[in-house]
Amino acid sequence: MKPGYVKRFSPVERILHWVNAVGFFFLLATGLILYLPRLSELVAHRQEIQYIHFWGGVAWLGALAAVVVLGGRRLLATARELDTFDNDDMRWLRGRGGPQGRFNAGQKINAVLTAAFTILFGVSGLLLWFGEQDTRYRFASTVILHDGLMYVSLALLVGHLYLALIHPATRHALRGMTLGSVSSEWAARHHAKWKPQ
Amino acid sequence: MDAPPVTEHDPEQPRRYGRGLFLATVAGGISSLYWGKAAWDHVTGVVSPVASAIAPILPTGGWRIYTISGHMPVFDPATWRLRIGGLVEQPVSLTYDELRALPRADQVSNFHCVTGWTVNNVHWGGVRIHDVLAAAKPHFTAHALEFVSMEVPYTDFLTLQQASLGDVMLAYEMDGRPLPQAHGAPVRLIIPQMYGYKNVKWLNGINLVPREQLGYWEQLGYDQDAWVGHSNGYGT
Repeated sequence: MKPGYVKRFSPVERILHWVNAVGFFFLLATGLILYLPRLSELVAHRQEIQYIHFWGGVAWLGALAAVVVLGGRRLLATARELDTFDNDDMRWLRGRGGPQGRFNAGQKINAVLTAAFTILFGVSGLLLWFGEQDTRYRFASTVILHDGLMYVSLALLVGHLYLALIHPATRHALRGMTLGSVSSEWAARHHAKWKPQ
Repeated sequence: MDAPPVTEHDPEQPRRYGRGLFLATVAGGISSLYWGKAAWDHVTGVVSPVASAIAPILPTGGWRIYTISGHMPVFDPATWRLRIGGLVEQPVSLTYDELRALPRADQVSNFHCVTGWTVNNVHWGGVRIHDVLAAAKPHFTAHALEFVSMEVPYTDFLTLQQASLGDVMLAYEMDGRPLPQAHGAPVRLIIPQMYGYKNVKWLNGINLVPREQLGYWEQLGYDQDAWVGHSNGYGT
């Protein structure tokens, strides 16, 4: 590692992040073709798009599950970090500062919601797919859940991309998710309670 | 036996809020399968100005375009005809102008898709079925209509009784404009009391037949009588 830099994200954490990101963008693109009338008209081939959207979703969930299984204990430790909120986190969420660990409280909430949404995307997507073939799996609200998740996820994604790519104070964090390391000076400023190994 | 541990909350003790948020989100999402649509209908009903303001921007509460083939049929006024045949005394072939010259009907009705989305207050302009069939003089042995789409092999059926409901029409206008291609130009069937898959798009033929058969989606397991709220697993 370059001097003055500390390791922030392990390889397995980065793999999980990028598998999730690639899958999400693929499903967003194919999903919007099915969803937006203008795009549906432009692309047509609805059944083929539906097919690759569904199997793309299955592959995405499968790949995420594989990374989680292979990550094992290392990811369990990460999950414990994301699970835990101390008083500084609560102060931080109220906008009153408070030194943060490797993940700040906002990142913890984002990660927890992203994980929950993945489950819900999967459940509602399977119900949409099987509901088309069998009324037992058909609920009037499945499409509202699937679409609603898309809107909320999109809002989180826009905020996430702004902080990771544009906002000058935070965009250094992107390096942690690509190369794995961040400058120790930046880490001390943004994640004061974090003690890099 | 030891006294139970004091459960007084230590303010400096880190709390496991993440798993709670995770479980609450998953549980809320799954349970919304039962209340999501009612809640959404309530919100859009109470705040209908908001809903109608966002409807043109967001397709929520708006249309989704379903096709069964790779390309949408193209309407060519020079060659398009609406052919009325089957059990009739006089087969008829109407041009687009001839169709539009028939007595005009207008209505505002809601459009429900079997997958759960709804578009409220769509303004349709077109003709009633009996005005289209009049010239062909249906034979008394005919009890049902086959609606044929240019999007082969899409067809669907209505009984003559269903087709004579007061709000059934062949629509060539939608919200004040000629029916757009994606919505079935030049003309589509509208039967608001049944789900969208009965509302055949890109019509170019109506055949009078002795009885109903299975339409495109019905062959794939959907109900033949697609009453909104009372078919396809809903309200049963």
